[in-house]
Amino acid sequence: MSDAPFGPQAFPSRSIAWRLTLLLTLLLTIAAAATLAAALSYGQTAATRAFDRLLTGAALQIAERISVEDGETVVDIPLSAFGLLSLAAEDRIFYRVIGPDGSTLTGDESFPLPDRAKAQSGSVLYDTTFSGEPVRAIRMQRFLAERAVRGPITVVVAQTLRARSELANEIVARAVIGVVIAGALTLTLALLAMYLALSPLRRIERAILARDPLDLTPLSTTTPREVEALVSAINRFMARLDRRVSAMQDFVADAAHQMRTPITALRAQTELAMEEEDPRKLRALQRRIRDRAIGVSRLTDQLLSHALVTHRADAVTLEWLDLRRVAVEAEREARRTGGAEAVALDLPADPVMVTGDAFSLREAARNLITNALAHGKPPVTLGVRVTAAETAVIAARDCGPGMSPRQIERIGERFARDASNPQSAGLGLAIVAEVAEFHQGAVRAGAAAEGGFEVGIEMPLAPAGPAAPSDKGDAS
Amino acid sequence: MTRLSAVLAAASVALALNLPGAHAEETVTRFEAPGDGGELVIASVTDLDFMRPLIAAFQELRPGVSLTYIEDTSNNLDAIVSRACDEGRFLADLVISSSIAQQVRLVNSGCAREIDSPVLATLPSWAQWRGELIGLTYEPAVMVYNKAALAKDGPPHSRFDLIDLMRQSGELNTRIATYDIEDSGLGYLFAFQDSSEASTWGRLIEGFGRNSVATFCCSSEIIDRVADGRAYIGYNVLGSYARSRAARDDRIGVVLPTDYTLVLARAGYIPREARNAEAARAFLELVLSPRGRAILDGDTHLLTPLSGPDALNRMTDSDGEAPALRPIPLSPALLVSLDRAKRARFLTQWRKSVTPPTP
Repeated sequence: MSDAPFGPQAFPSRSIAWRLTLLLTLLLTIAAAATLAAALSYGQTAATRAFDRLLTGAALQIAERISVEDGETVVDIPLSAFGLLSLAAEDRIFYRVIGPDGSTLTGDESFPLPDRAKAQSGSVLYDTTFSGEPVRAIRMQRFLAERAVRGPITVVVAQTLRARSELANEIVARAVIGVVIAGALTLTLALLAMYLALSPLRRIERAILARDPLDLTPLSTTTPREVEALVSAINRFMARLDRRVSAMQDFVADAAHQMRTPITALRAQTELAMEEEDPRKLRALQRRIRDRAIGVSRLTDQLLSHALVTHRADAVTLEWLDLRRVAVEAEREARRTGGAEAVALDLPADPVMVTGDAFSLREAARNLITNALAHGKPPVTLGVRVTAAETAVIAARDCGPGMSPRQIERIGERFARDASNPQSAGLGLAIVAEVAEFHQGAVRAGAAAEGGFEVGIEMPLAPAGPAAPSDKGDAS
Repeated sequence: MTRLSAVLAAASVALALNLPGAHAEETVTRFEAPGDGGELVIASVTDLDFMRPLIAAFQELRPGVSLTYIEDTSNNLDAIVSRACDEGRFLADLVISSSIAQQVRLVNSGCAREIDSPVLATLPSWAQWRGELIGLTYEPAVMVYNKAALAKDGPPHSRFDLIDLMRQSGELNTRIATYDIEDSGLGYLFAFQDSSEASTWGRLIEGFGRNSVATFCCSSEIIDRVADGRAYIGYNVLGSYARSRAARDDRIGVVLPTDYTLVLARAGYIPREARNAEAARAFLELVLSPRGRAILDGDTHLLTPLSGPDALNRMTDSDGEAPALRPIPLSPALLVSLDRAKRARFLTQWRKSVTPPTP
């Protein structure tokens, strides 16, 4: 059997580490995108503000140097204004000074003014396009109140946007670098943390792999709470395995021992018979040999039955079934294997639903019948009923005197047979007891209400299951 | 390679359209190449003789490329380049001019395209703007003097010396020559920079006025006058012309003022409408390459922004004082000098101080 399908690569997409990485990356990407969007907007605002101040400063300087000499408006563009604008070293500069009469005193005559709607008095910063490039401009007004010249002088100063976008890009670039570094660092640390957090899993894996295949003791590695359930499931599984293995070992030991004695006796009696001359004694010997053979056969049957029941107790999932059907089938089977012609059935009208394994319960019922036929007095009845305490009972009744209290006490022990009866293997009631235990029930033995002696299993009724019990469900 | 250049030299047919007239006309010279590697058109104010070695080196590098060289005065060049830019018309693949304020204005108006060359990274930041305009030379504004005339006290080493000299003696009356800043873009640029650089400007033009300064259009005329003794001192002469002349003519001396020496970098840009921008870029790269630097550092004394400072710092004066080099940055601040109102005010002030020359 290859164990490849259980290898760690079987479902790589379901790896916790992979999921965490994916989630973390997603979260980090969202966070980074948000940060960058913020940085972009901040960068643009900051750059715009910084360079708008230069524009305002330059316009103020120019406006200040407007004067009236000999009745004429004189504009003396100061070098410092252009020096200020040259702080944005790579940008083109435009300016225009307009007199009160609307004529351009100096500068670019075609430079556009802000929209009329926005053209309030005072300073207006606006974006426009000039000479094939987008520009940022300021329009500033100064009122002259001289004898010769009265009215607003308009100063327009504009600059292309290269330095602004450079500054904005620089701010954004720094933010990007920061975000990338922080993101990479966070991701690395998160992956490291994940590696550390998941290390108990690897420790458990190593502990299991390092184990001797025969070592079925519980895992003793300390485990974080999150995987405790997993580890305890593993431990439960191993305990079950342990039980099974030891049950099997017990069974093999028991079977060897139990088989050896009757077979030795059988051989001895056969040898005796071969030397016996007296036909009467020979006949008696033959009868004894036959009895022994039946005993060995029953023993074998019961040993196998016992092994099967024990196996099923750990391996089979319980199903919802009607105990009456179990009784019917057990009776039919007992009749087929012989010696059960005299068994009657006593079943209630309503279904008696339990959760259990049909096969095990049927084996138990068959053993109850066999036991009653072997040790009790006919007529034997297999009955099913619901008790007042809301438990289900399946029991075999006979008309004999019943078992002694000492015998009742020993129900469940294996090979507790009656030494006087060579046909008994002493396993029948042990099987019954095992099945009872497996169904959270118990073996009940005692006088029957209808008279006679009764041995059976009392087990809990199934909790209210599906509305209508299905007959198909347990028709195995 | 030498044979190839010989062939090229033979092939370069000078289509000199030299029209009569002093200086105001356009000259177109064509350097034919044997191959069909396209054509590079350079428009420039630089004297062709200064450019010939560079052109030869370029055609050695790109044997297939024919080269057309348009030479004009700075005012004319500015006008035709400006008009071509406004009309979106092709004029040249490369425009090189010493009127750097106009060059900055043209680039500011969006007439240039990105040069996008690794040489930009090697240039100092003052020698480039927007990656579209780059400085190619390193030419100081110097004083030239007539050695014989000033043999007694020696030449002035700074503007302070010059001012003192002009105040003290009547010797310099009508013996000072400088640019006519109304006519010469370069003269105006130097004067404007002087006025913003130091407070000496006011006293300087006052002295000019008092000594009936003679003004001229061009460096060569000033140098001629100083050489033959009609003038003793030429102020704000372009160092490249002065130094190459002084190397040939021992009547004149060159002084780099120690208070400060303005340095002009002729600027070149590739127009937006260039047809062969790739060749233009290659030409610019050649100029700033070790090969080009060797040519410009040679007899022409044009220098380059890369090699210039070292070369000029070696020119100490008699007291061992090194010149204080102040390169004029290629920056939009130069636009102020072109402002109509500003220029008008500046020229009015100049005119008031300086009596017009009586030739």
